[in-house]
Amino acid sequence: MRAFTYERASSVEAAAKAAASNPEAKFIAGGTNLLDLMKLEIETPTHLIDVNDIGLDKIEPTQDGGLRIGALVRNTDLAAHETVRRDYGLLSRALLAGASGQLRNKASTAGNLLQRTRCPYFYDTNQPCNKRQPGSGCSAIGGFSRQHAVIGTSEACIATNPSDMAIAMRALDAVVETVKGDGSRRAIPIADFHRLPGDTPHIETVLEPGEMITAVVLPPPIGGRQIYRKVRDRASYAFALVSVGAVIQSNGTGRIAVGGVAHKPWRVEAAEAELPNGARAAAHVLLADARPTEENRFKVELVERTLAAVVSEARG
Amino acid sequence: MQFDTPATTNPIDRLKVVGQPIHRIDGERKTTGRAIYAYEWNDPNVSYAYGYPVGAAIPKGRIKSMDVSDAKKALGVLAVVTTLDVGDLKKGDFNTAKLFGGDQVQHYHQAIAVVVAETFEQARAAAALVRVDYAEEKGAFDLEKAMDTAAKPEESQEPDTAVGDFDAAFTSAPVTLDETYTTPDQSHCMMEPHASIAAWNGDELTVWTSSQMIDWWRSDLATTLGIDKEKLHLMSPFIGGGFGGKLFLRADAVLAAFGAKAAGRPVKVALPRPLMPNNTTHRPATIQRIRIGADRDGRITAIAHQSWSGDLPGGGPETAVNQTRLLYAGVNRMTAMRLAALDLPEGNAMRAPGEAPGLMALEIAIDEMAEKLAMDPVQFRILNDTQVDPENPERPFSQRNLIGCLELGAERFGWNQRRGPGSRRDGNWLIGVGVAAAFRNNLLVPSGARVRLDREGIVTVETDMTDIGTGSYTIIAQTAAEMLGLPIDKVAVRLGDSRFPVSAGSGGQFGGNCSTAGVYAACVKLREAIAQKLGFNSEDVVFENGQVRSGNRAVPLAEAAGSDGLAGEDTIQWGDLSKTHQQSTFGAHFVEVGVDVATGETRIRRMLAVCAAGRILNPITARSQVIGAMTMGVGGALYEELAVDTRSGFFVNHDLAGYEVPVHADIPHQEVIFMNETDPMSSPMKAKGVGELGLCGVSAAIANAIYNATGIRVRHYPITLDKLIGGLPDVA
Ligand SMILES: Cc1cc2nc3c(=O)[nH]c(=O)nc-3n(C[C@H](O)[C@H](O)[C@H](O)COP(=O)(O)OP(=O)(O)OC[C@H]3O[C@@H](n4cnc5c(N)ncnc54)[C@H](O)[C@@H]3O)c2cc1C
Ligand code: SF4
Repeated sequence: MRAFTYERASSVEAAAKAAASNPEAKFIAGGTNLLDLMKLEIETPTHLIDVNDIGLDKIEPTQDGGLRIGALVRNTDLAAHETVRRDYGLLSRALLAGASGQLRNKASTAGNLLQRTRCPYFYDTNQPCNKRQPGSGCSAIGGFSRQHAVIGTSEACIATNPSDMAIAMRALDAVVETVKGDGSRRAIPIADFHRLPGDTPHIETVLEPGEMITAVVLPPPIGGRQIYRKVRDRASYAFALVSVGAVIQSNGTGRIAVGGVAHKPWRVEAAEAELPNGARAAAHVLLADARPTEENRFKVELVERTLAAVVSEARG
Repeated sequence: MQFDTPATTNPIDRLKVVGQPIHRIDGERKTTGRAIYAYEWNDPNVSYAYGYPVGAAIPKGRIKSMDVSDAKKALGVLAVVTTLDVGDLKKGDFNTAKLFGGDQVQHYHQAIAVVVAETFEQARAAAALVRVDYAEEKGAFDLEKAMDTAAKPEESQEPDTAVGDFDAAFTSAPVTLDETYTTPDQSHCMMEPHASIAAWNGDELTVWTSSQMIDWWRSDLATTLGIDKEKLHLMSPFIGGGFGGKLFLRADAVLAAFGAKAAGRPVKVALPRPLMPNNTTHRPATIQRIRIGADRDGRITAIAHQSWSGDLPGGGPETAVNQTRLLYAGVNRMTAMRLAALDLPEGNAMRAPGEAPGLMALEIAIDEMAEKLAMDPVQFRILNDTQVDPENPERPFSQRNLIGCLELGAERFGWNQRRGPGSRRDGNWLIGVGVAAAFRNNLLVPSGARVRLDREGIVTVETDMTDIGTGSYTIIAQTAAEMLGLPIDKVAVRLGDSRFPVSAGSGGQFGGNCSTAGVYAACVKLREAIAQKLGFNSEDVVFENGQVRSGNRAVPLAEAAGSDGLAGEDTIQWGDLSKTHQQSTFGAHFVEVGVDVATGETRIRRMLAVCAAGRILNPITARSQVIGAMTMGVGGALYEELAVDTRSGFFVNHDLAGYEVPVHADIPHQEVIFMNETDPMSSPMKAKGVGELGLCGVSAAIANAIYNATGIRVRHYPITLDKLIGGLPDVA
């Protein structure tokens, strides 16, 4: 970990301004991802702006009947919130499938969306990795790639986004609200928020430098059976090999977003249109362009089978 | 004391303290944070400095140069010591790869520098500034590719054994099996990392460390540093797990010693978790071919077990075939081990080396054979039991109750409920049960202790034995209490210090039996000293209720001690009983699993172990050993694998996020039953090893249960869902 300076921001505006004035700065929320990466010098900010005390820890109804979740709401609190449990069960379930109780107590909504990949080569600074060191190469291609992405990959990077929460947010059509250094604000649909790796895998979202997340907004509830199914080797405290977040309506239509397969939560509206024809049909469209490695080919079938289980659970 | 005739009745047989379910005497210190581990020693009068290790970034080659100028200038840095600075060092007897020194890199993350600073954070930051210029060399990292060039290991390993005519018997057997099984490289993953504090006082060195084997470390550290062993004082009273990873001196102690010398202050070094899997030792991967031939009635007529593993030059094989020499009958048999030269980190002992991976293969093969014979796998094992060493029928087992374990286990587990493969279902779960035999040899190692009785009537035991979480403190206290007729709270136990008599140490499940036997021997000496001082005839003295009695004279022990106290010291030495009699421990593992019909995720539902392992010195600590071992068996069956990057020559998943061990949610229910057994051949304690037995066979029982649940036979560990998914029923 390199030496850094630290400030505790007093307001949203002050935090955004501080970030705009220092390109080497980073926000720190729960710190559960950032600090680990700093210890390994994968992240090397020279300045940290602590955003824990600027009033972004509230969950409030929106005028149109949705829910605004402050960027600093902890994963534990969000999962336990009465409205979330009642109307957005998928989100609650996805959160509780992630990390551990201790981590969820610290982890924030914004930090969770911005957590970085768990590719083991990304974590080993001796190894080439385009995401960590652009242009150095990708060690996972041709290497140990069991966990890696099967779709939307590039020649530069085959990493996944490991977030469980983001899968639920994607299926629920959340919107990410931000503020920039000049005080301007924007709302980014979650579908556009995370990027595919392309030839710039080090750029993971559409956030501009210094842009801060203030909230994540959920549209009004859509009902349906809401299921999050996380498939992993051990029963707890492990990242997903594959996960399926689904909202299935009684008429057989629904939404599905899949985790563990891509650099972003994977959702294909055309696949959802196939849902009434069964899970297999939907999965075929969902992963039509999959390009797995030898080691993670199983994920294609696993998605199909998990989706089938989820659909049958929703019907049952 | 020379133990060369079977034990007869002795004071231990009273079982007033020994054999009782006594909670561990160090438990309170542990649960209240007062048990001090290596890195935590804190003398308020000492200002410690912190060392951070640098590991090699290549798997093989030479260091051309190192630039430490920026590191030296960094905030708080006191010293930087590189592998080039110290030059070639002598290697300890127990190390295959060198720990530090010289310009050669033998494996990834081999220690090449230590940066010492005022704080841990400063040392870590400066360590990242060390720049190294390497001349990388090509290495061999792929066991499968290296199989053909694998060589015969040293004769002392008994690489080839043969009795009868295996080939002929196998060819003519009506029912045969010929399959190949693989087990991956595995990492110990103990909670406490390797850690040491080194403090020099002139040419004398004191080291607080985390070691399973004090005397091995002391010798090897002295050798590595080129100092006199007598100048080295080592302490390791508490150890946060080792599992074989702390049997042999590791780099933390060497780096702390060099760092402390350079900084002129005591230095603390802990290996960072991501360095551990590649810097230290691991269990090597194996490829095992097993062939079995049997008569139609199920009697094994031919059995062969061959194993290939790899290690750095100078290393040894994973002895995965050894149990096959002893576990089942069969007139015609052979085993063979071959060792490939690989440039991966050093392979060495981990959690029941030999038997654990060996039974992972053998006990699947036995299950497969039973199926070919249309026999129940419990009955097949019982039918092929042997009461003598099958290679040498003149040589009986000292005790062998495998059949009892299998029968009792089958009854308690409800084995008769078992159905054919793929035929039980509970909602989305395919349910299956599996069984495997457990087998682990009982090893005998000399072990010494010193016992003092003071004028308060307190007995203090001192031995360099270690407690790696196993319960050594407790069973040693029980032994001394029983021998001297005292309650356990009158016994104090001091362990893990090189000033104390050399003990067996903790490894190979020999620690419990051997170290208590050493304490027994020392107590015999103390009893003699007490009797002699009181003028008692030592033949008829009785130690009971805090008194020593002879005829109608009784003297309280405190009084007998006198103002100077009395002491006894001895070492148990082992005669020929392990040569005339094969000493092994036995058990049976039963497991029920559920396999998710859609995803192929395997989850354990319940586990039962039945163990026949001599006298159980303390059913609480023994049970704790066995359930821990069973948990390791779950890891080995379902998750644990160091992924080898065969291009870049290292274990890729080198932290606890990437290398998965079981968590609580994976272990819903475990039950352990100990057979009522004493083994007079094994020691005056009549006890044997039990900890590692609890692991041996578990993974195969799980593999067999998965087969029973799904009808899919997986012969390559770990049995992850990707190996099942292609064979599961349709769900769409
Ligand atoms: C052992 C372990 C296991 C885990 N397992 C799982 C799992 O199974 N599933 C899962 O989904 N996750 C898992 N996680 C990841 C965990 O969910 C994330 O670490 C956590 O959500 C990050 O939140 P945080 O608030 O701590 O973020 P921080 O570490 O504080 O920040 C993360 C990033 O977000 C940026 N940031 C934070 N707040 C803002 C803001 N308001 N605006 C702009 N940028 C911001 C920071 O600058 C940083 O780049 C695991 C983590 C660990 C350590
Ligand atoms: S997959 Fe991406 S993160 Fe992993 S090594 Fe390749 S570039 Fe780096």
